[in-house]
Amino acid sequence: MRVQEKIIEGLLWLSAAITILITVSIIWVLLSESVKFFSEVSIVRFLTEKEWTPLFAEKKFGIMPLVAGTFLTTVIAIAVALPIGLTIAIYLNEYAHARFKTFIKPLLEVLATIPTVVYGFFALTVVTPFLQSFIPGLAGFNALSAGIVMGIMIIPMISSLSEDAISAVPRSLREAAYGMGSTRLQTAFGVMVPAASSGILVSVILAISRAVGETMIVAIAAGQQPRLTLNPLVPIETITTYIVQVSLGDVPHGSLEYRTIFAAGMTLFVFTFLLNNLSFWIKKKYQEKYD
Amino acid sequence: MTNSEKNRLKDKAFQVFGVFCTFIGLVVLAIFLIDIVIEGVARIDWDFLTSLPSRRAARAGILTAWAGTLWILVLSAIIAFPLGIAAGIYLEEYAKKTKLSNFLEINIANLAGVPSIIYGLLGLELFVRIMNLGGILLAGALTLSLLILPIVIVTTREAIKAVPRTIRDGSFALGASKWQTVWHQVLPASFGGILTGVILALSRAVGEAAPLIVIGALAYVPFVPRSPMDEFTVLPIQIFNWTSRPQAAFLTNAAAAIIILLLITFLLNGIAVYLRHRQQKKIKW
Amino acid sequence: MTKKYSKLEAINLDAYYGDFHALKGINIAMEEKAVTAFIGPSGCGKSTFLRTFNRMNDYIDGFRIEGQILLDGRDIYEKDIRVDELRKEVGMVFQKPNPFPKSIYENVVYGLKIQGIKDKKILQEACETSLQQAAIWDEVKDKLDKSALALSGGQQQRLCIARALAIQPSVILMDEPASALDPISSAKIEELIYDLKKDYTIVIVTHNMQQAGRVSDHTAFFYMGELVEYAKTKTMFTSPKDTRTQNYITGRFG
Repeated sequence: MRVQEKIIEGLLWLSAAITILITVSIIWVLLSESVKFFSEVSIVRFLTEKEWTPLFAEKKFGIMPLVAGTFLTTVIAIAVALPIGLTIAIYLNEYAHARFKTFIKPLLEVLATIPTVVYGFFALTVVTPFLQSFIPGLAGFNALSAGIVMGIMIIPMISSLSEDAISAVPRSLREAAYGMGSTRLQTAFGVMVPAASSGILVSVILAISRAVGETMIVAIAAGQQPRLTLNPLVPIETITTYIVQVSLGDVPHGSLEYRTIFAAGMTLFVFTFLLNNLSFWIKKKYQEKYD
Repeated sequence: MTNSEKNRLKDKAFQVFGVFCTFIGLVVLAIFLIDIVIEGVARIDWDFLTSLPSRRAARAGILTAWAGTLWILVLSAIIAFPLGIAAGIYLEEYAKKTKLSNFLEINIANLAGVPSIIYGLLGLELFVRIMNLGGILLAGALTLSLLILPIVIVTTREAIKAVPRTIRDGSFALGASKWQTVWHQVLPASFGGILTGVILALSRAVGEAAPLIVIGALAYVPFVPRSPMDEFTVLPIQIFNWTSRPQAAFLTNAAAAIIILLLITFLLNGIAVYLRHRQQKKIKW
Repeated sequence: MTKKYSKLEAINLDAYYGDFHALKGINIAMEEKAVTAFIGPSGCGKSTFLRTFNRMNDYIDGFRIEGQILLDGRDIYEKDIRVDELRKEVGMVFQKPNPFPKSIYENVVYGLKIQGIKDKKILQEACETSLQQAAIWDEVKDKLDKSALALSGGQQQRLCIARALAIQPSVILMDEPASALDPISSAKIEELIYDLKKDYTIVIVTHNMQQAGRVSDHTAFFYMGELVEYAKTKTMFTSPKDTRTQNYITGRFG
């Protein structure tokens, strides 16, 4: 029986250890193909060229246009989700009844369960035509609609994580603020939000990471034209969209074009990896502070 | 107006803004759902559900797409369910607080934050090229299993954590071994929570298009997959494909397919919510 | 048959949680088929000590002991001792009733089932005997298949005692078994302990001085990880030797 126990424990350990294998595989896959890519295209070219045209006859390999597209849609998404999500968190914590809170929170979570391809459809067929009715220069594919819709999708991410952070602030702080005659608003912005700032920051960083890696919304609604611009009204291309675009085509395995998606993927992975670990680090520091 | 009146006014104004923000997302969602239903519901009939894809919008159906989605759902569950639960059990019940287990935890949190399209690149190299599977169902299901594994592990751990220490003590005190305690007490008591988490993870898998596009799932598959070794498409890819066509009739098709996809997603989420609710009612520690 | 005076023994026992020295040089021998009570203020180490007798502390990271614990003269921390066998011999009842979220029947036969006993007749007989010994049979005999969580707190605790009896231990450890119960349920548990000592060696940790006085034959007073005084309960309560014991018993601290 002891042997059986050991075998079971070994199998369980193996299942947990597989997760490390997955991480190693991801890094290995991205690195090995990227290394081959960078043996043909120098990193300097990759980082400094201002155009990305690996699929054209005259090839340019500057990643910056894709990074700019990703940056643009992410900024728009956060500009939508942060004020709304944070306001919801404050409202639910300081103003709303507990009953209303338990009723509304699962409903908000529904926003996060809708498949992203559905959001993409929404951005393309509803939001863009609506915006075009009062922004005359808006192209059919643009960063604006995609960013706004992505923002709506990540509202629950910011609102629920921020709400957790705000409700973790010790009661005594809130009571002290009320005790000095503060209104709810003054308490919220003068005491609660500053005290919960690191938790709110964590929610924003995770939301950024999510937006950077989001694929289908931008692939459907933001266009497929790599462009080094911060103009939200014209078609652009994100890193993720480029990977989809190449995957849909018929690019032979082992070709330079094939390897571009791994170089693009590596760039994306580095961004999200840094953002995620930054959020873990802040979270850990913050927990130590309160313990 | 006195200062305090001003403050009270601001307070009220923020309250109104709070209500506005709370509902704006939901209102937009409602508008969208209504729009989708108006555009797509008339297109849904028996033929639409049972027809193969076609280049002509009016004749195209989603049979291969929803069959592929069901296949992916079942296969991913079979792969990710035991693996994720086993890993969750190990981390929660067996792992000592060492540097290694700490590293495992950070690693899993990191995996949960890796964009889905990166999993697609992993699947493309690992399953499609190196294992030489090609863009078949099995490769797709393996890819999505890796994608949802962190979610399954995290929810399993949370469900197990909710089982009180005293239950384990009671079992150990009667001479039960660690595994007997896990198998006879901890797992049955946390099963509802684990199942809820797994179903939520599956609902995430059902909506994924990007990683499957990357591994080479096709938009146009003229037959229903009969085994895990067949080529496939799924509803999200079919929707993506129809959405990117210029003709309005394909957009109608996309809207109709979205209704079906949302029904599946909401059904899975509904089951998860129901299970959680039942679990909470059944066991009060 | 003569009673053994050293059914359970601790010899020069020290215990540590990491750097914290929880038990200091404890020597004690406990009488068979009698009730020994451990008393002392919170954090004095009495519960930790109790849990060394069935090695329940093994699961705590950083816990270790030095010295020996003997059951019938055998060191239970020796390498070839199997913890599951030990726990069949040394049963335990906890502070808060902790029935498994299963039926009453399943709770009682759990210990037997995990030993691999499948015979329905044996299980059913063991179930009835144990529930009768724990004085709860009459209350539950018609609802053995109902959830144990539906019972009252006092009934749950007697069920947990029945569950411990079902695997036929010779020693029962009780960690403040009545502290979470109302006075009536508490009295029932005390009566039960009195009945059980005919057949079992019982060690009970308690905060309640009157309870120790009523149920135990011997009492050990612990303070800051040390065994301060160990004597017949009557002797200890009427003429304690150590001033710390006296102060505690008379309620000056604790």
